[in-house]
Amino acid sequence: MRDPFLEGMGSGWEVIDASALVADRTLEVDVAIVGSGAGGGIAAEILAKAGLKVAIVEEGPLKTSTDFKLREADAYPQLYQESAARKTKDKAINVLQGRCVGGSTTVNWTSSFRTPATTLAHWQREFGLKELTVEAMSPWFDVVDRRLNIRYWDLSPNENNKLLREAAWKLGVSVAPMRRNVKGCWNLGYCGMGCPTNAKQSMLVTTIPAALGAGGLLAHHLRAERLLLQGDRVEALECRAMQPAGIHALPYRVLVRAKHFVLAAGAIGSPALLLRSGAPDPSRLLGRRTFLHPTTVSSALMDHEVRGYAGAPQTIYSDHYLDNVAVDGPIGYKLEVPPMHPVLFATTLQGYGEAHTRLMGEFANAHAMLALLRDGFHPDSPGGSVQLGDNGAPVLDYPITDFVWDGVRRSWLAMAELQFAAGAKRVYVVHEQCEGYASLDEAKAGIAQLPLKNQLARVVSAHVMGGCGMAADEKRGATDVWGRYRGLANVTVCDGSLFPTSIGANPQQSVYGLAARNASRLAEELTQRPAPALA
Amino acid sequence: MLTRRQFIKAGIVGGAALTAAGLFYSRGLKEAPAGAVPQGLTLPGRTIIAAIVPAILAGVLPAAGEARQKAIVQTVDGVGVAIAGLSAAAQKELAELFALLGFAPARVLLAGLWPRWEEASAADIAAFLQGWRTSRLGLLRSAYAALHDLVLGAWYGMPEAWPAIGYPGPPEIL
Repeated sequence: MRDPFLEGMGSGWEVIDASALVADRTLEVDVAIVGSGAGGGIAAEILAKAGLKVAIVEEGPLKTSTDFKLREADAYPQLYQESAARKTKDKAINVLQGRCVGGSTTVNWTSSFRTPATTLAHWQREFGLKELTVEAMSPWFDVVDRRLNIRYWDLSPNENNKLLREAAWKLGVSVAPMRRNVKGCWNLGYCGMGCPTNAKQSMLVTTIPAALGAGGLLAHHLRAERLLLQGDRVEALECRAMQPAGIHALPYRVLVRAKHFVLAAGAIGSPALLLRSGAPDPSRLLGRRTFLHPTTVSSALMDHEVRGYAGAPQTIYSDHYLDNVAVDGPIGYKLEVPPMHPVLFATTLQGYGEAHTRLMGEFANAHAMLALLRDGFHPDSPGGSVQLGDNGAPVLDYPITDFVWDGVRRSWLAMAELQFAAGAKRVYVVHEQCEGYASLDEAKAGIAQLPLKNQLARVVSAHVMGGCGMAADEKRGATDVWGRYRGLANVTVCDGSLFPTSIGANPQQSVYGLAARNASRLAEELTQRPAPALA
Repeated sequence: MLTRRQFIKAGIVGGAALTAAGLFYSRGLKEAPAGAVPQGLTLPGRTIIAAIVPAILAGVLPAAGEARQKAIVQTVDGVGVAIAGLSAAAQKELAELFALLGFAPARVLLAGLWPRWEEASAADIAAFLQGWRTSRLGLLRSAYAALHDLVLGAWYGMPEAWPAIGYPGPPEIL
């Protein structure tokens, strides 16, 4: 198997492994980009192709297809924030986020959705983002489709996805195929551990190679600690080299001087960097309104093999419970299925000992479903906030409110109903007090009784959004409609922190589209020339 | 299962226990021979995890003998590796948890365990886990969740665990 990234490095790309530093360094560039995920990757390609010297700073390691051995025990510590065990402050929500070159795009499940029209309409109405219409954003999503080969998945869905579709058909629930950012996909099902065949069109194999090929610089194992402010301008980015294992810092610092700073460290990392830097925040919006698509899980025992570990992990979804409710009413949810691998499944399932062992014994016949709750559209859904903990490390405080809990219970019921319709012999919503239900009636009675308490109910998230929300004015948003951070003249936020609410769909393409739009505008400003086309 | 009254008592004793446990923890670290403790898992932590593993993995660990011991040690090692991959803040919290649980008065009050970890029966450990899993205190429930995830993650990450669940392992890519 070819490894185009290693080949590129062999051809002379400028890549700094900060864990090998033995002294401080200073870099001088036009644009410093913090983070190499969806936003940073897109911005890097556009800005580098515009002729600007960019430096991409990535806290995580550089791992490429050669390293991707499809073993959870290796992949989670190497490629995820906190070994895929990042928690909210009260430890009620486990957050999956990438931390490696390519960020979450290296480990996501390739699900590609444009920002839903209902979400854009809500932003226009509530945050004054008049420019963000479906018509205005479509060309940017088209560009991203071409660049990342986003298209409908034309192979048959795996059994886990097929069961969602069959169940939905039986109940008259709307269901649809997904689009994915893959090229020549082998249909293995291990997207979450890094794509071993370079089929996934993540930033690792697309925009970052393009940026490096255009003279950009990548520094990995390098943590962005603070922006050094002078009046309303950022003079430099102060970074700290990380040890090879990536947990603890080395004593060496790297100072990145630049004309402009693009923040794409994700919706926990970007607000935290601004907070550590003492960025102006007159309306106290920075790090507020952080959203997670709080996600519930239901597992079912089928009478045949499902083998949910094999095949493209997400290819079918249902927006039935989003589209048939008011966006600003009781919380709605999107239904999908997860890839099922032993560690992910075993740690998600409730219980221990014999009971847990019995559930695991049915692993190959298990079907699992996810409900992603659309948070942030109702006054009772203000989301969470990013705070600074020990040594300035970010902590996400996301209290699960009664408004969200109400949706949690409804989502369990909807998933159980679908799973029984698909022929489930037994359904286990993931709650410590659920021992499984043999029928829909039993599930209805049981779910109604489950106490809605942290940790008893398993809630997870793979989508962190908000914290530097856009709005037309400074009372409602820390950033403007171009992602410019209010109060700092040379800072553009370019990641999911920009979203004023959650997206209501897997957010990668929303990040790509906005990043392409905003980085193109920035390139024009900085070069006084038309921006280069992304694709 | 602890009663409400015991919890209130535990709350009062808890502060003192934490302080004492901190001392215990730093002493434990000093006493550990260099290289003997996998990074991320303290010596008291190792003892406690080794005691908990058979309860969490009941029914799936080899029934007895050398194979069982080997599986337990491998799982404990895996937990150590997993902890070493957590953030510095999370590692500190876990070290504090293990220090607390390694401190006899706290073990009795908070975990409801009279015997030492090494001597506790499977039923004792299961009762402790069940108590924390369904505790009224979020702190104890989240500690249970951490133990659950660490042990199950370590075990099911190992190829040795896969035949029992019908998982063929990842495909080989050449």
